[in-house]
Amino acid sequence: MNEDRARTMLQRAEWAARAFAGYDKQTVDRIVRAAADAAAAKAREYAEWAVRETGFGVVEHKVVKNLACSTGIADHYAADDYVTPKIDPEAKIVEIPRPAGIVLALTPSTNPVATVLFKTLLALMTRNVVVLSPHPLARECCADAARTIAVAAVSAGAPDGVIQVVDEPSVPLINALMTDERTSVIVATGGVPVVRAAYSSGNPAIGVGPGNVPVLVDATADLAKAAKRIVDSKSFDNSVLCTNESVLIVEESAATALLRHLESNGAYPLTPADRDKIAAMLFPDGRFDIRFVGKDASWIAGEAGIRVPARTRVLLAPFDLVVPEEPLAHEKLCPVLGLVRVPSARRGIAAARAVLRLAGRGHSAAIHSTDPATIMEYAAAAEVLRVAVNAGASLGSAGLETNLAPSMTIGTGFFGRSSVAENLHPRHLVQWTRLAYNADPAEAFGDFRGAVPWRAPAGAVPPYPVASNAVITDGGSTPEDLRDQIRRMVIEELAGILHG
Amino acid sequence: MTEDLRDLIAFASKQEMLAKSKEFWNPDKTQFWIDSGVPLVIDRREGYYIHDVEGKRLIDVHLNGGTYNLGHRNPEVVAAVTQAMQRFDIGNHHFPSLARTALAEKLVQSAPPGLTKVMYGSGGGEAIDIALKSARHATGKRRIISVIKAYHGHTGLAVATGDERFATLFLADRPDEFTHVPFNDTGAMEAALRAADAAAVIMETIPATYGFPLPRPGYLAEVKKLCERYGALYIADEVQTGLMRTGELWAITKHRVTPDILVSSKGISGGMYPVSVVLASDAAAQWLTEDGFGHISSFGGAELGCVAALKTLEITTRPEVRSMVHYIAELFTGGLARIRSRYPDWFTGIRQDGLVMGLEFAHPQGAKFVMKRLYENGVWAIFSTLDPRVLQYKPGILLAPALGEELLERTEVAIGQARDDAARGRR
Repeated sequence: MNEDRARTMLQRAEWAARAFAGYDKQTVDRIVRAAADAAAAKAREYAEWAVRETGFGVVEHKVVKNLACSTGIADHYAADDYVTPKIDPEAKIVEIPRPAGIVLALTPSTNPVATVLFKTLLALMTRNVVVLSPHPLARECCADAARTIAVAAVSAGAPDGVIQVVDEPSVPLINALMTDERTSVIVATGGVPVVRAAYSSGNPAIGVGPGNVPVLVDATADLAKAAKRIVDSKSFDNSVLCTNESVLIVEESAATALLRHLESNGAYPLTPADRDKIAAMLFPDGRFDIRFVGKDASWIAGEAGIRVPARTRVLLAPFDLVVPEEPLAHEKLCPVLGLVRVPSARRGIAAARAVLRLAGRGHSAAIHSTDPATIMEYAAAAEVLRVAVNAGASLGSAGLETNLAPSMTIGTGFFGRSSVAENLHPRHLVQWTRLAYNADPAEAFGDFRGAVPWRAPAGAVPPYPVASNAVITDGGSTPEDLRDQIRRMVIEELAGILHG
Repeated sequence: MTEDLRDLIAFASKQEMLAKSKEFWNPDKTQFWIDSGVPLVIDRREGYYIHDVEGKRLIDVHLNGGTYNLGHRNPEVVAAVTQAMQRFDIGNHHFPSLARTALAEKLVQSAPPGLTKVMYGSGGGEAIDIALKSARHATGKRRIISVIKAYHGHTGLAVATGDERFATLFLADRPDEFTHVPFNDTGAMEAALRAADAAAVIMETIPATYGFPLPRPGYLAEVKKLCERYGALYIADEVQTGLMRTGELWAITKHRVTPDILVSSKGISGGMYPVSVVLASDAAAQWLTEDGFGHISSFGGAELGCVAALKTLEITTRPEVRSMVHYIAELFTGGLARIRSRYPDWFTGIRQDGLVMGLEFAHPQGAKFVMKRLYENGVWAIFSTLDPRVLQYKPGILLAPALGEELLERTEVAIGQARDDAARGRR
């Protein structure tokens, strides 16, 4: 696939977006549900495929994410409405939802299918069409998943071309898509270069930066629960979520007890010599070697020639000072957790700030504590936009174990040079035309109750182009109509099989 | 225009140019357009826009019968031809050629099953002649049957299949060998075939120059069946209807007809380098195994044209493009119906199959009124030469939604103005 082909995809997307922007709420709901169900039915298949193709993560955990990002997302937003106009008679304002149009979704290798599902469902809810550009390392599973939901969405009535995917992503091709004026908004999840490129494209962009998550455990924390949550989170999908804990900062007085609990949950504390081996191996030239992304703890230890118990889920790598030249203070998308002891919570907060100076500004942090004053001080000091409290960072900041918006895309806000500060939410993909009446009370507000400018499509969108002399207007069917009906039936049957 | 180019082709004024056009080129045709209110001399062009030498911009919905399906100077086709020109030229027509072979393979893959060989010409007429000669060779018969008001080009055999206006002018009509039957009339077709002395029936899938009257559902399949019964070949002239204009690559497949020979030109050139192609079954292409020198054409299958065609075919067969054509067709179905409902007594009919459209008006010269007003309103569309009631309306297959909407708005205004003109009896 070349750049020209990519531009053709955008041109088709333009037509699909034009059609989809006029859809009614009921049809949109049906499409979202069909897409979510089709994806959920294949949650395991795509979890296995993603691990096989990328070598990253844990099948069981990817199943969890795929379900969370399909039916989970559909359920979470089931009561929301991004389609129907909102009327405020007091303010004499009517708000009419207007989709962005064409969402260009760049998805990462670490959470490949889950991110595809997540961004696509958000787009469908808001009547946007989506062009997906998966990370090259995960292109096959992502492209297949995109096609699965596209078939389901179109058979539920979505316009043809509502979901398109770039089969062979490359840098020039992604640049062509990002800079094209038909792209309405870029939603970029990936490394710093791709996010910066999105912001440099000249088009509106929602880019999210990398994480480097400090987690503070103070002396007031329930250490047994904290230890379990940290190990579960750090080992979840072998740390490929950008919200995973990077450096554990523990108040000295709680350190010994916390370590004991961590060990009993499957964390293995490295000796200084082993720590140096791991650091040298993970950061061979000062940069994280992607060979270790999403690999499990035992395998990593084995590669470094370190014998660890079979049940080891996390390697604990102690170091003294959070400084740029300390490799273990940087982001590690693998179950190796830095460990720093601090004399007080206050020093811990300083250490957390230091972690975030290296990377991950605007992203996320976590704290285990029962002292609201410390929690508040921590959250106000750390330059992040979400702090998971007494929850694992991986799923806490991603909204799966907290009440944040469930998301595979974590806004890093102004701290992280991004336009969005929250977890990506459907509302980020829709804007509202505000119909504002003269404020003078003498000017009466119109009655807009029940006035909905959208329509359910009458059939396939677009309809098959039947010759005008073959169209029978008395309700009869032409051969072409019949063929179209048969085609739709086949699609629906296929979708039924997908639903299992 | 670059200085070098200006040195070659510039004139002091449009008036001077038109005068010389009459003096050195074609006096009647030059004057005709001036008299028709379309004094167009096309200068630069890009996408679906053409610009008159005086700067007036027009949206092109004539597209020279689909030559500019992909727009004028489509950047992808230009790039392909430009690259090819760094290495190739027209080529030597006697030898096996990289570009000709590659294109032939792609064409066969794109075509209805059974079409297995490709022959090349330099233009549509030549390709039709090749098709007719092949049919005569394959069947050993001489008669060719076509429909009245058909248009297959102006070369020796092709012109005899078409309207007498062009054949008799040059004493090229041959009523003994070329039979013309009414369109959509299976009985007349059977009567013409019954003697079993016909080599072929040649049909435009939708007769373009006649104003795109649509084949009645089933008609073309019935004609194909009659051909089989009486031992004639079916030649599908897809010069105007092919290349996705009807929402399928070859319009004939929408009629469930597998032709013995299929002809394409115009659009297959990408609008950049002339080329025409004839796809034939093994049976229809027998001469290629008997005497491969049977048809010789220095420019037939010129390699630069083949490269343009390969790129054109690649673009046209992208699944995205087929989808877009369906969307564009829907836009015009709805938009034209709305315009028609505003002027039902004037805008009397819409013939549409995908992006092949003929707009009927309630005046024997109705489309000429509309053409003139469209021109004033920034749209170039041409009347049907053989039925000037009908305007040919052929938007491009890569049309963007915004331009489609703009085109409909301009069209609505022009149709209204033309209605008043026709009522006042002037144009």
